[in-house]
Amino acid sequence: MLHIDQLSASYRGLKALQGVSLDVAKGEIVAVVGANGAGKTTLLKSIAGLVTTEGSITFDGQDLRRLKPHLVSRAGVGLVPEGRRLFPRLSVDDNLRLGAYAITGPDRFKPLDLVFTLFPRLQERLTQRAETLSGGEQQMLAIGRALMSQPRLLMLDEPSQGIMPKLVDDIFCAIQRIRDLGLTVLLVEQRLVEALEIADRAYVLQTGRIVMSGPAADIAGNAAVRRAYLGL
Amino acid sequence: MSLDAMLQVAASGLLMGLIYALVAAGLSLIFGLMDVVNFAHGELMMIAMYAVFSLWQASGLDPFILLPLVAALLFGLGMAIYRLLIARALAVRFNKGMVQIFATFGLAIFIRGLAQMIFGGEFRSITGTWLGGRTWNLAGIYLPLPQLAASLVCLLAFAGLLLIGRTEFGRALEATREDREAVALIGIDRDRIFALGWGLGAATVGVAGVMLAGFYYVSPNVGANFALIAYVTVALGGFGSLLGALGAGLLIGEVEAITAQLLEPSLKQVGMFAIYLAVLMFRPRGLFGKI
Amino acid sequence: MNAITQRRRREAITAALLLAFLIALPLPIHDVYTRNLFIITLLFAGLAQSWNILGGLCGQISLGHSLYFGIGAYVSTLLFVGPHISPWLGMCAAFGTAGLLALLVGWPCFRLSGHYYAIATVVVQEIGYLLFLNWDWVGAASGVYIPFRGESWLGLQFRTAKLPYFYLTLAFATLTWLIAWWIEGSRLGYTFRAVKDDAIAARSLGVRIFPSKMAAAFISGGLTGMGGAIFAQYVGYIDPDSILSGPLSILIALPAVLGGVGTLWGPLLGAAVLIPLRELSSTFLGGSGSGVDLMLYGALIMVVALLRPQGLVSLFPRAKTEAAR
Repeated sequence: MLHIDQLSASYRGLKALQGVSLDVAKGEIVAVVGANGAGKTTLLKSIAGLVTTEGSITFDGQDLRRLKPHLVSRAGVGLVPEGRRLFPRLSVDDNLRLGAYAITGPDRFKPLDLVFTLFPRLQERLTQRAETLSGGEQQMLAIGRALMSQPRLLMLDEPSQGIMPKLVDDIFCAIQRIRDLGLTVLLVEQRLVEALEIADRAYVLQTGRIVMSGPAADIAGNAAVRRAYLGL
Repeated sequence: MSLDAMLQVAASGLLMGLIYALVAAGLSLIFGLMDVVNFAHGELMMIAMYAVFSLWQASGLDPFILLPLVAALLFGLGMAIYRLLIARALAVRFNKGMVQIFATFGLAIFIRGLAQMIFGGEFRSITGTWLGGRTWNLAGIYLPLPQLAASLVCLLAFAGLLLIGRTEFGRALEATREDREAVALIGIDRDRIFALGWGLGAATVGVAGVMLAGFYYVSPNVGANFALIAYVTVALGGFGSLLGALGAGLLIGEVEAITAQLLEPSLKQVGMFAIYLAVLMFRPRGLFGKI
Repeated sequence: MNAITQRRRREAITAALLLAFLIALPLPIHDVYTRNLFIITLLFAGLAQSWNILGGLCGQISLGHSLYFGIGAYVSTLLFVGPHISPWLGMCAAFGTAGLLALLVGWPCFRLSGHYYAIATVVVQEIGYLLFLNWDWVGAASGVYIPFRGESWLGLQFRTAKLPYFYLTLAFATLTWLIAWWIEGSRLGYTFRAVKDDAIAARSLGVRIFPSKMAAAFISGGLTGMGGAIFAQYVGYIDPDSILSGPLSILIALPAVLGGVGTLWGPLLGAAVLIPLRELSSTFLGGSGSGVDLMLYGALIMVVALLRPQGLVSLFPRAKTEAAR
């Protein structure tokens, strides 16, 4: 579904990605793991069209590399960015409905039901400003907002960052359910154990290069990875 | 001073203040959306005034009828200015702030030259309108009808702006001003929102210009003075705050009317400038600005 | 010798060569119009450099510098017209008065940032304009004529000769350049750059921001006032519209912006391009009030701002030493 070939990108003069190749098949959860500064965020930003790149990015046969960010989103690729990037002074409801801004047709707000099934807490907070939500709720809202634009591929950048441990499980659970509903997920995460638990396959990124890839269970069982990233 | 005279001063300050507020609203809208101060704002107003003057001359129709047409014209012009000039100024990598100031300033001079070329330097005015020269005597206070109509239209325009703020487009505007990068992630074309924002800002000042043309002379330099008042109004109200512009516009109108009464009319702007400086001492981001 | 001293030496040598060229420049040219053009260009080169000290080196975009220009012109003119004080002393008085005024304006305004500061400077200048426009003692709107008291260097009055004014404005432009050059290499320049780049970081480095801005304002305003005094003596007549107006404020800043803000050569280059273009177009295109000159002028500003955001000086890679960052 998503096919990346020999992707390179610079960020503030530094080579953040070098010759990255990666595939995501329909219905998969693919995790990209790696240390801080390995280029994980740049990878997602490249796909979303926020960073200029070399190489090729195709999504269902469409070349994404030359598209502006809003067209990448309209092509069916959603990104839940690092730091969530909600509209803090708008209400939860407005944030969600804006997610469907580019969608037309009578059913444009239909994903709301799905969002409320996944995250019932959002429904209780509809009129609150986004900035008043807790970290976990904000993450739920960010995922919900992305779902409203009806993506086929959902990319998440560190969804567990800055969230109470109790809620982390909820988020990962929701990601699994999103996949079960037929979406494809590309997940960037520092929490290796949880990420590999829900992922089908995984890539390990180190200083801008893919150093290892394979079924998530293999990566999780690989002693070298465990040493490098879990300190075991 | 008698009570009647005081009320008369207050009323004329109120009428002018509403126009100042609407001129400032367009400026504030654009600034709030993308942190760009449009130094050609007064010239947009001048264009609207010349447009209604020319259309009136050609067709004999009343400015009231021409109002929607000129507003639409200014809307298109605002969008074009964004696409051709501002989008490029935003893309510049060095001296961003300075480039934005001087790109719009260059535009202002260009427009003034254009007006000079087409219409010459003399003052022109629209005569024989429905309301021209009539006043309404409200319990001893004289309200010139063209000004009264202008301020009512300004109030309506404000209501319109507030209503637009409640639409989906309005929310997209608000979202874009809060996080111009994140909106792209949900499929919103930032450039289009910016262009529409410029269209809206220009149409707003266009409405003010058309109504002003009903009782004020038109000349290539008419915009400069109103623009300065608009900058003061916006800075006083707080950049980006629509209600701030309304409040500050009314305050400025009143202060001007009172100063003109107390000092000489030619010094009427000194009062508003002094108030503005005094307020900024205590609230560096204006009366209603976010700190 | 490190790179910075080397660069500064190169700048000084270039300046000396340029100065030698400029001293010789008007000698073979006797045409009054051309000499007048040179004088105005040099005056604005100096004014733009003065503006550059506050706006470029220290990063405080003032759009109200004609206030200092106007005050300087009024001070020296009134001293000359009233108590017969020589314009040379008048220039010093103009420097002091305008510098102090800049401190007075800076004291409240430097608390504002960004657009708020820029607009406050416009407003303060506009207040000054309105006050002078209505102040009968200084001639109000009709201004002040400077009586001719015989040709002399002491009174800086010459019936027809342009050459003395040429060298006077050349000296003024040189003085402003030297001061900017000196600031760049001094501790003051270091604090200015820190304030310009990042006020918060500057504070953590121990740079005292407010005094730095005030120092820049004093020098910048004072020099601008001096330019005003020279201008008044040259044209022999001042009124608020010609020396204390909004458009003049922009014209003082513009050469620096077009040439290259915060650079040593930018204001010179900007003035050398802008002022002749403006004068020539208004002579040949604007005579009948056609507005074409204004259109050309406006278009030039837009084009340079968009295509050369670092200023024309960036066309010369070696010259953009301390180019605006």
